Amino acid sequence: MFWQGQKKPKLALDLAGGTTVTLTAEPTKPGAKIGDSEMGQAIKIMRERVNGLGVSEAEVTKQGNNVIVVQVPGQGQERVVKTIGTTAKLEFRQVLVAAPVGVQQAPTPAPSPTSTGKTKGASPSASPKPSGSAKPSGSAKPSASASATPKGRALAEALTKASSTPKPSTSAKPSARPSASQSLTPQQLQQLQQQLQQQQQQSTGEDFSGVDPAVKAQFDKLTCTGNDVGQGRTLDPAKQAAVCAKPDPKTHKVDYKFILSPAKISGEQVTKAQAMPPDPQNGRVQWVVSLDLNGTATKSFATFTQQAAALGENNTRNHFAIVLDGTVYSWPGVKEAITSGNAQIEGQFNQQDATDLANVLKYGALPLKFNQSSIESVSATLGKDQLTAGLLAGAIGLGLVVLYCLFYYRGLGFVAISSLAVAGILTYEAVVLLGKFINFRMSLAGIAGAIVAIGITADSFVVFFERLRDEVREGRTLRTAVERGWVRARRTIIVADAVSFIAALLLYWFAIGGVKGFAFTLGLTTLIDVVVVFFFTKPMVTLLARTKFFGRGHRFSGLDPTTLGVTKRVPTRPVGTKEA
Amino acid sequence: MSRLGNIGGRLHRGEISLDFVGRQKTWYAISGLILVISVVSLLTLGLNFGVEFKGGTVFQFPTKPGVTTSDARDAVKSSGVVKEDPIVQKTGTGWRVQTESLSSTDVTKVQDSVQQRLHLAKPDDVSPQSVGASWGKDISQKALEGLLVFLVAIIIYLSIAFEWRMAVAAIIALAHDILITVGVYSLVQFEVTPSSVVGLLTILGYSLYDTVVVFDKVRENTRSLTTSNTMTYSQAANLAVNQTLVRSINTSIIALLPVAGLLFIGAGVLGAGTLKDLALVLFVGMLAGAYSSICIATPIVADLQERQEKYKTLAKRVAAKANSAKRKAKPEVEVAELPQEDVPDDEAEASSVGAGVRVVQNGPRQQPRRGGSKGRPSGKKKR
Repeated sequence: MFWQGQKKPKLALDLAGGTTVTLTAEPTKPGAKIGDSEMGQAIKIMRERVNGLGVSEAEVTKQGNNVIVVQVPGQGQERVVKTIGTTAKLEFRQVLVAAPVGVQQAPTPAPSPTSTGKTKGASPSASPKPSGSAKPSGSAKPSASASATPKGRALAEALTKASSTPKPSTSAKPSARPSASQSLTPQQLQQLQQQLQQQQQQSTGEDFSGVDPAVKAQFDKLTCTGNDVGQGRTLDPAKQAAVCAKPDPKTHKVDYKFILSPAKISGEQVTKAQAMPPDPQNGRVQWVVSLDLNGTATKSFATFTQQAAALGENNTRNHFAIVLDGTVYSWPGVKEAITSGNAQIEGQFNQQDATDLANVLKYGALPLKFNQSSIESVSATLGKDQLTAGLLAGAIGLGLVVLYCLFYYRGLGFVAISSLAVAGILTYEAVVLLGKFINFRMSLAGIAGAIVAIGITADSFVVFFERLRDEVREGRTLRTAVERGWVRARRTIIVADAVSFIAALLLYWFAIGGVKGFAFTLGLTTLIDVVVVFFFTKPMVTLLARTKFFGRGHRFSGLDPTTLGVTKRVPTRPVGTKEA
Repeated sequence: MSRLGNIGGRLHRGEISLDFVGRQKTWYAISGLILVISVVSLLTLGLNFGVEFKGGTVFQFPTKPGVTTSDARDAVKSSGVVKEDPIVQKTGTGWRVQTESLSSTDVTKVQDSVQQRLHLAKPDDVSPQSVGASWGKDISQKALEGLLVFLVAIIIYLSIAFEWRMAVAAIIALAHDILITVGVYSLVQFEVTPSSVVGLLTILGYSLYDTVVVFDKVRENTRSLTTSNTMTYSQAANLAVNQTLVRSINTSIIALLPVAGLLFIGAGVLGAGTLKDLALVLFVGMLAGAYSSICIATPIVADLQERQEKYKTLAKRVAAKANSAKRKAKPEVEVAELPQEDVPDDEAEASSVGAGVRVVQNGPRQQPRRGGSKGRPSGKKKR
């Protein structure tokens, strides 16, 4: 009953195997010990994140002192793995200084000299060379030996070299990417232009007042290429920081770098994170993650935005940056004080990115940074032989159930068996569908739950049949007996199934991991039970009661008045016809 | 079947009646004894928690062509220091085998044994590491929170759907079933795995479900009880148990057969070792659930109800009526004493056994015999 058909339900880790990722915690300072409590906290958060991705029954285990092994059912689960291992340290900081990073100036050559002039020429991007000529040489650079590194780095390296020692030979290769302007959204362009206008107005250049000189030195050195982007870096929330913007997801290029104030609001103060679809009418062209802040954070955010708004829209310091894991995702300007405690993260997300990020933020940041040290597929924990043996045993048990139903209920036994079959098919289909849509996976325990559910489903019609027979015993004709018996049985079935359903609902709501999967199976099978009894068993019995075989109480119908011990004898003895 | 059908009819009319409610002291004593054994076993032997709960040692080693999962398992087990069935997984590069926590000398033994059995270059090819619990405290804690809320919700629900006395009795019966199941688990010292915990939760649902089905009939029978003087609450409750007895037996058989298949055929004969812990929990728990609905939950409800003034006076009136009308016009009413003298020969064997539960098991067991003589020839044709 369980393993037929072309579509198969998704199976959990114990039955189907999956992907194992080994994440190694990185000490906050070199040589520092990694605390047990931090590891425990990290495991807890990772479990919640896994759980947030659907009923998948993943396993999160600590191995050794500093390694966490995450096992996710199914192959090719890199996305899940990435989501689990992200640190997700979120901060809101005020923008003190913002400067474009050279590479991105390529598409807008006109303003680039102005802005590069302001960045004090520290970064290689400051080279006033027309970027157009640098581009082809960059992409073709054979000596860069950076083919594996992100494009941005290769480009920048090439750029540096190209600007100092131009090599004519390299410009021959035309494999240049399409102009970078394509990777910029209109929004970004607009932002960029706004920024540039702003900078032109403030002809004095960037305002470095109040900036920690050490941070400024860092900022000057910041190239925002390769590892220098600082993705995954943990910033000290109490200090100013020099950070890059998040690289463009497609081109891996960074457009801006910043000096930011100490953190105004941190991720722990986020109470709710939610992915929001694009809403062009309100000027939102892409998926964003909407954040709700708690009470304290709402207040401090209101104060901060009020001050920022007072600076006027043309001031860089009017902007606040949303920093996640060491890079700036977005840095909106503040028009007026935000008192609602709601903020949005923009970052050129598609739906999946936004959902994943929201899921990660919901459960807070990991207290440690983890490096993904290995990812490999693992086999099922249960041997094939064992699974087969288990299923065979279950099938034998079901066979016995069929025999018993036929033996005890005779003709009604067929109703019982077909009801069970319908319930079985519905359960199977539901599991297949749910596997498809919400990533529900069947584990061994889930199968056992389904087997117990057979008992509960069977009970529903046993209750019905017994009531029915009681009514027949009281001398009623079968048709009236069916209706009267049903009314009484129905209440029992509903009252009892409600108990199971409450159990399933509450356990699903509260529990995580394997327990959640169990609760889901229980709730599902209970619902199917009710559906089958109401829409299959009862109508079928009503129909059958009209046939001569059942209506007259044939010896093999299971409703034979004599064998039931009817009080008032029904005069007609059953006729010898056997077909129903 | 004719006889069974007859028994059903007689049970329904109250002609045969097995005294479940009246013998509550016997049931309480039996359950008390089993519970004491369970608790003692839990306190002395304790539960044997698996790697998933306690953590353990994990061995990783490269594979060789032709090595199967059972080879890898045997290689680890042949060291002689690993008692529980290890969890074996094949990874992209080799094997990952989890065992219970081992001392460093035992770890060396496993390394040596695997190296020899799988002909690896050196024992160090088998890299051991300690591994934490995958079923962490946070999972247990969340599950417990869920359980507590669930219990409160169930008490409220049953108090509204039935009444608080039934809610209390249902919860006591539930605790009874869970404790017995855990006790048996402790006695046989099977390993506690996440599967068995889930099995325990399944029992929780099943036990309550079964109790509620019986209670529904009890409520129906006792609804307008005080308007007549025919039956005390206990007698009415007992009639309800008897009327649902056939249903209880049938449901239990249908629910237990597949589980018994898993336990005895699957784990016993075919050797699906990992299924046995789950199947055992389900089997014991469902058995206890069926028993407690009839012999624990209903008598407790009756005991609680009989303390109420209205049912006390009812009991007095019923007793007075029975005394005044010494001649028994119909054997229907007197549940406690009548069956033995009144039952025809057929049924005498069944009811003379006395204890209700034994009859519960007798019924189905007798069927094949009788089926062989009567029903089968034609029954076969039909199939």
